[in-house]
Amino acid sequence: MARLDLEKLSKRYGDFFAVRDVSLQIADGEFLVLLGPSGCGKTTTLRMVAGFIEPSDGAVRLGGSDVTVLPPWKRNAGMVFQSYALFPHLSVAQNVAFGLEMRKLPRADIERRVEEALALVRLTGFGGRLPRQLSGGQQQRVALARALAIRPDVLLLDEPLSNLDAKLRQEVRVEIRELQRQLGLTTVMVTHDQEEALTMADRLVVMNEGAVRQVGSQRDLYERPADRFVAGFVGRSTFLDGAVEAPGRFRTDGGLALACAGGMPGRAALALRPERVEIAPSANTNMSGLDNSLPGTVEFVSYLGALIDIHVRLSPQDRLVVQIANRDGGFAPDVGQPVQVGWPAAAGLVFNE
Amino acid sequence: MRHLRRWALNGAAAVALGYILMPLVFVVWLAFFRQEIPSFPPDGYSLKWFAAILDQRKFVDGFRNSLQVGVLATAIGLALGVPAALCLARRPFRLRTPVASLLLMPLIVPGVVLGTSMYVFHVELENGLDVDVLGTFYALVAGHIVIVIPWVVRLVTASLAGLDRATEEAAQNLGANPWVTFWRITVPAIRPGIVAGALFGFVTSFGNLEMSLFLVGPGRTTLPIVILQYLEWKIDPTIAAVSVVQIVLIGGAMLITDRYVKLARVV
Repeated sequence: MARLDLEKLSKRYGDFFAVRDVSLQIADGEFLVLLGPSGCGKTTTLRMVAGFIEPSDGAVRLGGSDVTVLPPWKRNAGMVFQSYALFPHLSVAQNVAFGLEMRKLPRADIERRVEEALALVRLTGFGGRLPRQLSGGQQQRVALARALAIRPDVLLLDEPLSNLDAKLRQEVRVEIRELQRQLGLTTVMVTHDQEEALTMADRLVVMNEGAVRQVGSQRDLYERPADRFVAGFVGRSTFLDGAVEAPGRFRTDGGLALACAGGMPGRAALALRPERVEIAPSANTNMSGLDNSLPGTVEFVSYLGALIDIHVRLSPQDRLVVQIANRDGGFAPDVGQPVQVGWPAAAGLVFNE
Repeated sequence: MRHLRRWALNGAAAVALGYILMPLVFVVWLAFFRQEIPSFPPDGYSLKWFAAILDQRKFVDGFRNSLQVGVLATAIGLALGVPAALCLARRPFRLRTPVASLLLMPLIVPGVVLGTSMYVFHVELENGLDVDVLGTFYALVAGHIVIVIPWVVRLVTASLAGLDRATEEAAQNLGANPWVTFWRITVPAIRPGIVAGALFGFVTSFGNLEMSLFLVGPGRTTLPIVILQYLEWKIDPTIAAVSVVQIVLIGGAMLITDRYVKLARVV
């Protein structure tokens, strides 16, 4: 395993930047996740690391040596593809052995390492099967074993879980993460699924429109999003549009005066996490401890099982989503019901435009 | 009403199938007639016409010539057609659509037109280069390559559509250079298309009459031409027997091929 450095990496197609000035340092043994909507450049970045796309600018360093212009077959990077890309005409063992044969290892070593790799992904005894005789989850593990067998300097995962059903996905997430820790694999994973990203990563990179928007831990991204995009993409936020009148004072376009933390005077959006807002029936309201306390009307309720989303109309222009836990004897809102909502000033994040 | 519709459909299919099979049935039947001038009903049955094939050197020579031309044309057609199909399927270039149509053209152009134009071309080539072209074995093979290529291009292109390109990237990621990737990953994946293209190309070449008529030299005739020449002065069932042998060989080749690659999937 080795460290991986991306230095001002860019990929330009004509005037369009698919990736722009991406610089990242991935430490030996670190699990880094590139997160972003489709078309944000995360896959292009990963493919530049693998060598399938030649960067227009910048450098890729693997274990300190510059591999920017090396073709894929000369880099020691193991990749797991979204479609798994197993060789359909080769058995599971032959699939896993492929990279070792390319490295011209002696027959006995190849057999031993194939066994080891299959054992790592709990597929011992499946070596003789063809890929099409395996379930989706098993195929995914073969793809992982194949990438691990070559003992890569870096493991690259391109949406590796997107073809699995929801239940299996949760298990495989944990498995991959444990394997990665146990082997100390330097890993870069690409995903658009934020839950997947949050549960697996040591560190996350949020990308949009080809650029890195924020790098940090799960907590950094959620509690201190760098911009409106990150606030909306990681977790969920309700945005109230308006303006900061003075630091600490926000007025929505609907005319509500709200207390907020900081902000520069001028057009801005106030972002609120749905679970940070308190809600109570109007009748027995006691929200005096909160900086903001407003009346509203329940407009829409969506029942999610453990949680309930309540959409509250505060003014003709302002609507807020409140999320509450579904407890015995807890608040059970009805559409049209008058309610009181409130939150501390610090819960509202201000993003100037 | 639904019954009626199904009956109509099945009936139409049966008529079409019968229409296609009828000549084959008669040719096969005729091959076993005893008398020399075919007439119905037959006087009796015999295998002597099959024996008669081997007595006539021109049938045996024609068969050998057709086989040699077909095999060589198919081999070269594959060497040219497979890379062409890969290029058409993967490299976006400006003239892709016209080039793709051009490569399939020999399937549409009548054999006589193809033969005439090649004949003229060979005459010009011979005059210009001052070497023997017309009527040579290699000129004939060159002509047949033209009718093999469309089949290879068409069927290989079809099987390329089912290839996950990520498998090629996976191979490169594991350390295989493009050459190794092509032979170990791409070729096995498009093998059904290659095999089917080779088979249909070979059959087309083997059975070609019109174009070959213009290109063969004296003493180097192919089987279809031998059959035609024989028919000009004799109509005994030898010809039917030759046809039966051809049908059995080609049908056998198809059945064997189908065991390894399902032809229905690529054609």
